[in-house]
Amino acid sequence: MITEPLAHGDSYLHRLDPRLRVITAAAFSCTVAVFDAFPALATACGTALALLLLSGLEIRAALRRLAVVLGFLLLLWLVLPLTFEGAVAAGLGPVNLYWPGITLAAQISLKSTAIIAAFTALAATMPISTLGQALARLRVPAKLVYLLLMCYRYIFVIEKEYHRLHTAMKIRGFRPRTRLHTYRTYAYLVGMLFVRAAARAERVHQAMNCRGFNGRFHSLAVFPPHPANRWFAVAAGSVMVVLLWLEWSG
Amino acid sequence: MENDALIALHAINFSYPGGPQVLKNLDFNLYAGERVGLLAPNGSGKTTLFHVIMGLLKPNRGRIVLFGQPAEKETDFAVARRRIGLLFQDADDQLFSPTVLEDVAFGPLNLGKSRDEAIALARQTLARLGLSGFENRVTFRLSGGEKRLVSLATVLAMEPEVLLLDEPTTGLDDRTRETLAGLINDLDLAYILISHNTHFLEETTDLTYSMEDGHIKTDEALHFHEHVHAHKHGRIPHQHE
Repeated sequence: MITEPLAHGDSYLHRLDPRLRVITAAAFSCTVAVFDAFPALATACGTALALLLLSGLEIRAALRRLAVVLGFLLLLWLVLPLTFEGAVAAGLGPVNLYWPGITLAAQISLKSTAIIAAFTALAATMPISTLGQALARLRVPAKLVYLLLMCYRYIFVIEKEYHRLHTAMKIRGFRPRTRLHTYRTYAYLVGMLFVRAAARAERVHQAMNCRGFNGRFHSLAVFPPHPANRWFAVAAGSVMVVLLWLEWSG
Repeated sequence: MENDALIALHAINFSYPGGPQVLKNLDFNLYAGERVGLLAPNGSGKTTLFHVIMGLLKPNRGRIVLFGQPAEKETDFAVARRRIGLLFQDADDQLFSPTVLEDVAFGPLNLGKSRDEAIALARQTLARLGLSGFENRVTFRLSGGEKRLVSLATVLAMEPEVLLLDEPTTGLDDRTRETLAGLINDLDLAYILISHNTHFLEETTDLTYSMEDGHIKTDEALHFHEHVHAHKHGRIPHQHE
């Protein structure tokens, strides 16, 4: 079952206007992604982790999110210092560790941790439906917003169909093995999911037509003003200025 | 007579491409206040019939008159769809919005109601079906019975004059079925209800027709009756359905 474990909470961040959170997360990520200077990157990473603490998420759940990236980073640390040649940092028998590789790996690590932490704290703390509504209010094209919302709505139905088909296979003795029969069965499974999804889409569209759908979507969401929004906007703006100053002065 | 009918179908023929003929010279009229049940085996074309009425499928031949107006083009059906509510067999087809309130308000908004009117209407409809407090529930996390009731709310919020109910009892437990029967009985509108459940049809409809060989047997309405049977006391306890 796909879940949104972080979406429902009652922290300071959960109460902020979703639009503000989306904008902040996006602006923060785009800026941090192009930074090079270590003071700026370290500050950004620290800020993002502080946000994560502020979001009141269970530490373990948040760490599990970060762990996904950490695995990827570990791979980079294994490869980059050995392959990105330049000044030699250390020699280990026949292989050398190079400074540029180490620098690059460190930069990427700080950047990705900062971005993931910021998005977890700011964006993952709202349900996808709220995210969709916030994007709609931010004038993201309605088609994209509804693509997101519809995907999200029907991924559960398709997941359930997948489990039904999979169970049907299992109870008739299907055991995956490395042989043609297994591959063919999986191909049928995927094919069947596509066919069902297409048929489902057709019926959903019919049902929408029956309720007078004419191509326009309406959003009911309202985001009431809250004094915390202004303070957060000011704080986020100041942090960004500091980060940019650190990058340019470094 | 025909112009009084809410829905009038004349000699409708329909077959799926490359498939057998599902509807053959089907004639049917639905008048105001009529509560009609359709009892027919799987694959006899009941759902097809509903989709033909809504203009989702085009008949190969035949004439459809909706509310006294011939319906031929998509635009004719688009107008009529505002007055006919179709409850789909699978609630997952009907509920596509993230939250219950948005889904119920979707129809009224399409009818041109303002945001506040639509919300008020949606809340009112939910309350009528005993679903107050469901407004912010996420549609795909509802149980099967809740989904069915919310689907009914999405259709009723459009204040239709005719309701087409496609096997509303599928997958419902006894208690939810009772609730649904009560709700349907309280509706003050004409409807056609497809079901395999004779007990449910008996509770909710005044006339029940069967569908055979591609057409509705309007000449012989079904009558439900109970048989009482007698036997000696046996030693093995048993129950009667």
